[in-house]
Amino acid sequence: MASNFWTQKTWIILGGLILGILATLLTKWGNPANMGICVACFYRVITGGIGLHRAGVVQYIRPEIMGFVFGALISAFAFGEFRPKGGSSPIIRFFLGAFFMIGALVFLGCPIRALIRLAGGDLNGITALLGVIVGAAIGIIFLKGGYNLGRAGRVSKIPALIIPLIMLGLLLLIVFKPHFLFFSQKGPGAQYAPILVSLLAGMFAGFVAQKTRMCFVGSWRDIMLVRDFYLFSGIAAFFVGVLVCNYALGNFASGFYHWGFEHQPVSHNNHLWNFLGMVLAGLTATLLGGCPLRQTILASEGDTDAGVTILGLIVGAAFAHNFLLASSPKGPGEFGPAAVIIGLIFCSVVGFLMMEREK
Amino acid sequence: MVEIDVRGFGCPIPVVKTKKAIEKNPNEQITVLVETTVSKENVSRLAESKKYSVQVEETAGNEYRILLNPPGK
Repeated sequence: MASNFWTQKTWIILGGLILGILATLLTKWGNPANMGICVACFYRVITGGIGLHRAGVVQYIRPEIMGFVFGALISAFAFGEFRPKGGSSPIIRFFLGAFFMIGALVFLGCPIRALIRLAGGDLNGITALLGVIVGAAIGIIFLKGGYNLGRAGRVSKIPALIIPLIMLGLLLLIVFKPHFLFFSQKGPGAQYAPILVSLLAGMFAGFVAQKTRMCFVGSWRDIMLVRDFYLFSGIAAFFVGVLVCNYALGNFASGFYHWGFEHQPVSHNNHLWNFLGMVLAGLTATLLGGCPLRQTILASEGDTDAGVTILGLIVGAAFAHNFLLASSPKGPGEFGPAAVIIGLIFCSVVGFLMMEREK
Repeated sequence: MVEIDVRGFGCPIPVVKTKKAIEKNPNEQITVLVETTVSKENVSRLAESKKYSVQVEETAGNEYRILLNPPGK
């Protein structure tokens, strides 16, 4: 058994390393700086692309997300892990997803981008990672107290295929580009790799993430909860992959990236709200059982509750921009801090009330 | 013998419940019913880190019964 697990760990390290390199290359191929892959940012940009928010600089349909779903779906079917299920407090998951997005958009990135930003010289990534760790630690207090969102039951294949079908629809939209879509003319939304490249990279990432169970919040949670470094080894390798690839591509030598807190791409350096935004992201993801990448993979494996969480992410992104919650490179949005506090209160109430009493 | 049923629970609840069962009942054999391959892997990894021997049986409906034996038993 031990040698078996060694193999599993080797795979996640290898997978993390390749995904890190791929994320860096995606920026070289056209994606925004320090944003080769960012699950929160990409859902947010898709939300803008279909006009659910009107922030003109972040509107496009990012095919990487569709790729994650197709890659994971293929993997799940190939390895007999497609398992339609649902009914574990979907409405609470919806709001946890929405608040995750709000927290992430106050920092300007999900826990994946926090690592990418740090490996690209942006030291605000440290503040963000500290936030994720503290958020996960708070979540663990609830978990140890008996928190859970209830059991999911088996459902038919039909609801389990809705998210993959939505992704197929989005892919058709980006291929045919009907004129009701919104595409940024400038800003991060106007920077993208070719569609096929993004799609294939996403599919590869989805496949790897499904097989290895990679999770950018679960990693920190497992270290603190059970001293298990399996998931962490994957994200540590991911970080190394990005860092090495940035140096190999000469991104630091050319001045494209630099080390520091200031003047970083798609970033602000308000430490308090970078930190608290990511405390909210780390806490919501811990209460959900995984980061948005993991939720996306679970939704592709037939978990309809994770599918509802994705819809929550999208609605959260719409609110974040429509209600001036999202940050910009100038700093936090007018109502961002208030929304983070509301989110933290929501999580605390949910975490407390959903504790199972010991028999 | 202690038996816990964590079928239907998402990550990391199966691990949390197994950990609690181990802490509450040291030196006892524990049976864990899980539904998914992920839970099977996670629960097995936790038990092995605590030096338990792990035996996995596949049951009807692609579910798993995991038998955890404490060290030395």
